[in-house]
Amino acid sequence: MELTKEEESALKGEQGEIMQMAYRILVATGESTDAEKLVPIEWAHLSGVNYNTIGDAGEEFLSSISKSARVKVKTTLNPMGFDIDNVSNYNLDEDFISKQLSIKNSYESIDVTPSFSCIPYEIFNIPKKGTQVAFAESNAAIYANSYDNLKTNKESAFSALASALTGKSPYSSLRKEDEPNITIRMKVDNPNELTYGMLGFFAGKVGDISVNVSGLGEMDRRQCKAMCGGMGTSGTCAKFVFGEGNSDCEKIDFDEKEMQKIHDELNTAEKGDIITLGSPQLGLDEISDLVDKLKGRSFKKRCMVFTPRIVKEQAKKIGYTNELERAGCEILSDCCTCLTPLINKDDVDAVTTNSIKGAFYLKNSNGVDVNLKSLSQIIEDETQ
Amino acid sequence: MKVLVQGKVRGIVLKSEMPINFLGTVDKKTGMISDKNHDLFKKSIRNSILVFPSGVGSSVGAYTIYSIKSNNSAPLAMICKKSDLTVATGCALANIPLVIVSSEEFTSIQNGQNISLDTKDQNIISCIN
Repeated sequence: MELTKEEESALKGEQGEIMQMAYRILVATGESTDAEKLVPIEWAHLSGVNYNTIGDAGEEFLSSISKSARVKVKTTLNPMGFDIDNVSNYNLDEDFISKQLSIKNSYESIDVTPSFSCIPYEIFNIPKKGTQVAFAESNAAIYANSYDNLKTNKESAFSALASALTGKSPYSSLRKEDEPNITIRMKVDNPNELTYGMLGFFAGKVGDISVNVSGLGEMDRRQCKAMCGGMGTSGTCAKFVFGEGNSDCEKIDFDEKEMQKIHDELNTAEKGDIITLGSPQLGLDEISDLVDKLKGRSFKKRCMVFTPRIVKEQAKKIGYTNELERAGCEILSDCCTCLTPLINKDDVDAVTTNSIKGAFYLKNSNGVDVNLKSLSQIIEDETQ
Repeated sequence: MKVLVQGKVRGIVLKSEMPINFLGTVDKKTGMISDKNHDLFKKSIRNSILVFPSGVGSSVGAYTIYSIKSNNSAPLAMICKKSDLTVATGCALANIPLVIVSSEEFTSIQNGQNISLDTKDQNIISCIN
């Protein structure tokens, strides 16, 4: 990899230990992914915030760098393990709370915007087409590449942090204009958000870096978001391109049979003890739609709704949060269905959700069973 | 041969034919491998030149490598056959030299060998008698 004089000097340690470490990460990542150089980025989005995922080692590391590190570009943050306004309501142990607070403080002291959201693309202004960013959250990276015309690799927590500290990222894989070599042909009729999530999950399994997807017609933001959530969960693929692709692309059909296989893999229970909505977190249009669907109805069991704090505040002004609470929803910010310690297998056997990403992590990390259903079906079955 | 993290060390090779999952199968305090199905079970990677095919498992394993180093139980250097981002970023965080070698080079490195590794040298890896 070719480095500029300034980059070389940072790697030698002439700009301090933190910059040296950050450049070591960029070089190690760049050499592993055959990048020929580093390019400037304008926005980094970091993962590795939830104490459940990064553990003591992560907490200690962040605490140690927070004394002197500062981010160089706009940097936003993934969800953590709890809603800061409701910490005491969830029987979390003291150790978890103090370690999570330490992580929160570390990020804030290095000047990261404490957004605690996995949908930066819905709550921040999107830079102009072609802008290089570094998004570590998988669904956000896919959304940025596929829908917002930004450029990011599927970053790790570490490469995104190094990019935040240096304002640089290796020029590899998705930052280049390579075309996908696989085309997935959508063959399922009347898709809902669950179908798009499963299509994404399928695409993530068969694709490597990027895939074409044909047979979709015009897609809206929410359908895209469902697809991005599914795709980021199942593999390394971080971009979909609408259309057939060129003629030498391998063609793979996503039909009812393939969809059933994925449904059988993720759906492990007939019914759930509680309902969760939001993984990725719900945006304002999804909240609005939920309010509409819940007119005159209320949930028969506990329903947790995950949404970024800024969306919750907007929803409150419009009167949506009142409506949701009236219908029995518990609204949580700063955290997400995915990897939350708030859902524990000691208290809950199974969760009903319409999220593919949520389903995968509830099963594999929280160890609870999942009852997978579309939102319309959930409203029909679980409200009165 | 590809240099992922630079450095210069001398030490004894600890070689495994199996990938290592740093998250969960390496004790952070002692550097001991705790996976009983692993060929390095109950061996400590501390102060060795650790030679293994590649890392596997969660990327959070990079933090484990950093922890092992903070506890003075880390290898002096790592040599892999295939690069993976967990080991690459872990070694970068912890400042542990890391090189990727070809299959032939990997095969030629023997367990227990005393070697010197210098990423700035023309012969990055050389045997010491």
